[in-house]
Amino acid sequence: MSAPILDIRNLTVELPKGADRRNAVENVSFAVYPGEIVCVVGESGSGKSVSSHAVMGLLPKGQLKATEGEIMLEGEDVLQATSSRLRALRGTRMSMIFQEPMTALNPVVTCGEQIDEVLQIHTSLGASERKEKVLAVMESVRLPDPAKLFDAYPHQLSGGQRQRIMIAQALVLDPVLLIADEPTTALDVTTQAQILKLIAEMQERRGTGVLFITHDFGVVAEIAHRVVVMQRGRVVETGTAMEVLKNPQHPYTKMLINAVPTLTPPVREERTGELALETVKLCKVYGGGGFFQKKREVRAASDVEIRVRRGETLGIVGESGSGKSTVARCIARLIQPTSGGIVVSNIDIANLPERQLRPHRKHCQIVFQDPYRSLNPRRSVGASIIEGPMNFGMSEAAAIAKSRDLMNLVGLSPDALDRYPHQFSGGQRQRICIARALAMEPEILIADEAVSALDVSVQAQVLDLLDDVRKKFDLAVLFITHDLRVAAQICDRIAVMQNGVVVEHGKTAEIFAAPQHEYTRALFEAAPGRNFQFARVA
Amino acid sequence: MISYILRRLAATVPVLFTVAVMVFLMLRLTPGDPAAIIAGDNATTQQILDIRTKLGLEQPILQQFFIWLGGLARGDLGESFFFRKTVFELISERIEPTLSLAFLTIVLAVAVAIPLGVLAAYKQGTWIDRIVMGFSVIGFSVPVFVIGYLLVYIFAIKLGWFPVQGYQRIGNGLGPWFRSLVLPACTLSVIYVALIARMTRTSVLEVLSEDYIRTARAKGQTEMKVLFQHALKNAAVPIVTVVGIGVALLIGGVVVTESVYSIPGLGRLTVDAVLARDFPVIQAIILAFSFVYVMINLLVDLSYTIFDPRIRY
Repeated sequence: MSAPILDIRNLTVELPKGADRRNAVENVSFAVYPGEIVCVVGESGSGKSVSSHAVMGLLPKGQLKATEGEIMLEGEDVLQATSSRLRALRGTRMSMIFQEPMTALNPVVTCGEQIDEVLQIHTSLGASERKEKVLAVMESVRLPDPAKLFDAYPHQLSGGQRQRIMIAQALVLDPVLLIADEPTTALDVTTQAQILKLIAEMQERRGTGVLFITHDFGVVAEIAHRVVVMQRGRVVETGTAMEVLKNPQHPYTKMLINAVPTLTPPVREERTGELALETVKLCKVYGGGGFFQKKREVRAASDVEIRVRRGETLGIVGESGSGKSTVARCIARLIQPTSGGIVVSNIDIANLPERQLRPHRKHCQIVFQDPYRSLNPRRSVGASIIEGPMNFGMSEAAAIAKSRDLMNLVGLSPDALDRYPHQFSGGQRQRICIARALAMEPEILIADEAVSALDVSVQAQVLDLLDDVRKKFDLAVLFITHDLRVAAQICDRIAVMQNGVVVEHGKTAEIFAAPQHEYTRALFEAAPGRNFQFARVA
Repeated sequence: MISYILRRLAATVPVLFTVAVMVFLMLRLTPGDPAAIIAGDNATTQQILDIRTKLGLEQPILQQFFIWLGGLARGDLGESFFFRKTVFELISERIEPTLSLAFLTIVLAVAVAIPLGVLAAYKQGTWIDRIVMGFSVIGFSVPVFVIGYLLVYIFAIKLGWFPVQGYQRIGNGLGPWFRSLVLPACTLSVIYVALIARMTRTSVLEVLSEDYIRTARAKGQTEMKVLFQHALKNAAVPIVTVVGIGVALLIGGVVVTESVYSIPGLGRLTVDAVLARDFPVIQAIILAFSFVYVMINLLVDLSYTIFDPRIRY
């Protein structure tokens, strides 16, 4: 084998004092050879991003510092490089793409200029030569109509197109090393599949070495040549993709692989509880423009008809912009539907005025996607949990007693009620959000992407918890997700949405066995690692 | 965009009308008789009454108002009670010094404050940051006239670099004009430097933690360009807003500064007119100021579209 492009040897990066451990990464060694894709896999806090940022010299100043080891890029130690040498290497020999292409691109600069900037920094080409080169690279990442997109701003592009701009910007000077930090995590599955294909294709054509950071073993199965598994700052396992996926050695790797939900739904009994929620031709139209402006209407939901029984979980599956969250928000009456009915316990609440709606609010509770942002950071979690019941007339003492029971129920210590949200981990916070919702004794629980922001191992636990509380309280659960694997695990029935319309719905097992609509089939096609039978090891 | 500008311009009419009514009523309802001031201490009641009749102050208020409004509609601002000139003449004589001072002040403030703010944000938490922010606190708290007399004492009286007082018309040459305005502009700009530097620091700090700043660094961009090309343009909207408010407030601020430096501008004219109860002049100046406020607001709103392409009207 030829010499590695990137050779990380015994890298240690120190955390600031007062952190939960001394080093962000400790004694990490791995290499990337020309023309190969190395996936670094791990959950949040594993040190995978810190390692990659250390390579680029992008560790936040004054907070993280590489204290030991070497990072050899084609034989040159970048840890020893001066800042001007480091700048010369970035964009030319190594470059990076990031998780969220919307925020990683400068919103006030045109896409073409942002790619052009790399050429301006590192080459002495004239303006017309540069433009030619930019258009060529935009063409090569399969952007439609490069000449037009050159002058477009990032917000005018779709998520996939933005990530293509990022890739074009990273590859325009043919670096030997491309670092991709969770580049598809924020994208829809169908877009993710296209971007993965593009990265693999560009890597093959240009012989670039790729360091690919991900938390998703589905993606690993799709793209990796070799795999490095990291846990709490250390490398616990390395090997070829086949070795690691088929025959994982380390218990942590085994746990991660086992935690990947399968695309095969378990057998579920028929739910026969009474009807808890029914929508009738539910529509939500956004926009409208004004007197002088053109009328712009977006039909976020049109003629949506769903039914959920007590004790049943209905999954609403779709990509961003499909209208799945709009439907959830209408049902919880966080937004006012444009037309149609929402029948909850035999009353149509779609058009109830706020005053009459209030008694119904407690019947329907939502758990949101991001537990970091849906809890008030300035209130103790106890205060957040008792607020709802007290609004509905429960005494403080009774509400506190109830919140202690609920903390036990969601697997947390009741003594933690006095603590604040930042003192909990992501999974614990989501448990608190579930406890907060249950404190209202709802009949309907809406989980809006409730496990999407969580690590896979935590995801499985929260899914179990959701299923437990459904059984225990005989809840009707509306489970909104973009992730088919997750839907397969928890949903009795599934409604697939596209552009505001329910294109297919039915029993989970039936949809997974034989999807009818072409969009549903496209979603299955795009699910990463769908052809891969993950080793199920104890 | 054009329809937006037209709508905004049309909206100035009711605003100005409201201001006109308020100013007119307020002046008529406050005590103080312009006729008595013109007539002097030894005048008889009959003399004062004659002057009142001559000035039209004996007519019913509503009638006075409509006469004035009629004049305004024809572009006639009326005649000063006191200076025996038309209000239009008075304002056009006095507008050059005030505009010169305001312009120099805001250019100076922006030129100093923005680099300081960016520097403080970049060096957040260091002694440089602390010095800039310390200066900004002082700038807020020291009154304009203290700074004014201090600068006069040091740079005009002790060092003799600049004139102590007075104003040289721009027609007399750029050199003298500039020299006569340096100290007043410095005096007046201190508070705006403080305000704009603070806003710039906050706004740039927020932007510096954005992902696209990391992207720019990952491309190998120099820190200078990361700060001034990527960060500053994204941080511009709040900064421009504050500069706009600054320009509007500035017009109020010139009153004191023009008094300290004896500059014959609109600020001085306002003070003189108020002391003399010169109703037509006060009305015209306040109306003119309100018009400027409204226009500055419009310009600030329009400038957002230059800095942020996501904003469209």
